[in-house]
Amino acid sequence: MKEGEVPQDKSNLESAHFKELCYAVDDDGNYVTTNSTGWNPKTIALDNAIQEINDRIEASKQRVLKGESSPIEYYMELNKMDVPILASYVEMWSWRVKRHFKPSVFKKLSDKVLNKYAEVFEISIAELKKFKE
Amino acid sequence: MKVEFTHKQTAHCENGVVSNLMTYNGFPVSEPMVFGIGSGLLFCYIPILKVNHAPAITYRVMPGQIFKKFAKRVGIKIKKEKFKNPKEAQARLDENLAKNNPVGLQVGVYNLTYFPDEYRFHFNAHNLVVYGKNENTYLISDPIMEEATTLTEKEMEKVRFAKGAFAPKGHIYYPIDFPEELDLKNAIIKGIKQTCKDMLAPVPILGVKGIKYVANLIRKWPKKHGVKKANHYLGQIVRMQEEIGTGGGGFRYIFAAFLQESSDILENPKLLELSKEMTKIGDLWRDFALNASRIYKNRKALQDSYESVAAQLDVISDKEKVFFTKLKKAIK
Repeated sequence: MKEGEVPQDKSNLESAHFKELCYAVDDDGNYVTTNSTGWNPKTIALDNAIQEINDRIEASKQRVLKGESSPIEYYMELNKMDVPILASYVEMWSWRVKRHFKPSVFKKLSDKVLNKYAEVFEISIAELKKFKE
Repeated sequence: MKVEFTHKQTAHCENGVVSNLMTYNGFPVSEPMVFGIGSGLLFCYIPILKVNHAPAITYRVMPGQIFKKFAKRVGIKIKKEKFKNPKEAQARLDENLAKNNPVGLQVGVYNLTYFPDEYRFHFNAHNLVVYGKNENTYLISDPIMEEATTLTEKEMEKVRFAKGAFAPKGHIYYPIDFPEELDLKNAIIKGIKQTCKDMLAPVPILGVKGIKYVANLIRKWPKKHGVKKANHYLGQIVRMQEEIGTGGGGFRYIFAAFLQESSDILENPKLLELSKEMTKIGDLWRDFALNASRIYKNRKALQDSYESVAAQLDVISDKEKVFFTKLKKAIK
């Protein structure tokens, strides 16, 4: 890549006022570093990935509203987590976390267990229990 | 208690921390040198691991390996510690800062408040330097940021004790012992040798074989998983290849810069020629990313288009095979 070809497309980096560093070749063939504001192929990939996360959040929300899943799954998605990550934060086995997705199991959880989740999601136990949106 | 530490932006965090810490200690070493000597370049498909619900593909070695190998090869010693107790972790950090000793830390990205929201994923192998403390605020040199920044004590604890894969567990590291002079020549040769070995390894998911393996996966994705998932997976490859940290072309440009610098140090003109060749291969990776993005942009795609990006990867794999075979000979 030539120095003059380093893409300067509009991207999500703009919101944080920062540019990333790229390596490119100058007119004499020497390697130099230069800043880039972004490149469309990866901005589209990132936007799609974010859309994917938002779809997952929405889908889990619908499952909770329909009584098919517990709010724990919704908050997990909202925090961009998956089961292994959440399990490691609450220090439980993955199968146990998955079991807590069942509304019937969730209803019987002790405040001690609920508090573990609430702390990780940075909400109160009341907020976790009273899922309304 | 702020020390004279110069923040310099780099493409990749681990290279950057090493390069900046070395420079602070009186041994200026560029980012490409750290990356090359530490044998950072790789291609690997990791079958069991999923990242953001997509297959994991990496263009570099495992986190921590670059610094470890770099240190061994140039003859410096690093002190490394992990902690169970966050209070102890903070005490050790504060001790070092009190002694004016900037340190490297491994952190999780999700709670790095100065990152753009879109980049805050549960990724735990990020690296930064802490070079001072004012009351309750740590002075941070995050290599991928243009300017130095800060984190509060509370924020610091969160990022140092992030959970999940590669959990940092308060990991702190800093060089403690230096030789009189760095033996760059031998270190460069060792670094190159290992990269050639890794890239030419007879393992289906590794190096040039791994690139072909992924090409074949791409051909199967649309039928096996449907277009939506196939496109998500393809987007994920491009992100691993081009997202902040790789310097462009999946680290191939940084590696080319390393070969250029090495050509001077070793007085080996063949390396300069190979640097140019690697730049061209980097351009092919960029073309691959561009064509892949045309597929996932439209969300509708024909089997032909997956075939054509897969074919691009096959070409890259063949070229890299020739390249690393030549590189191996060039340093003999």
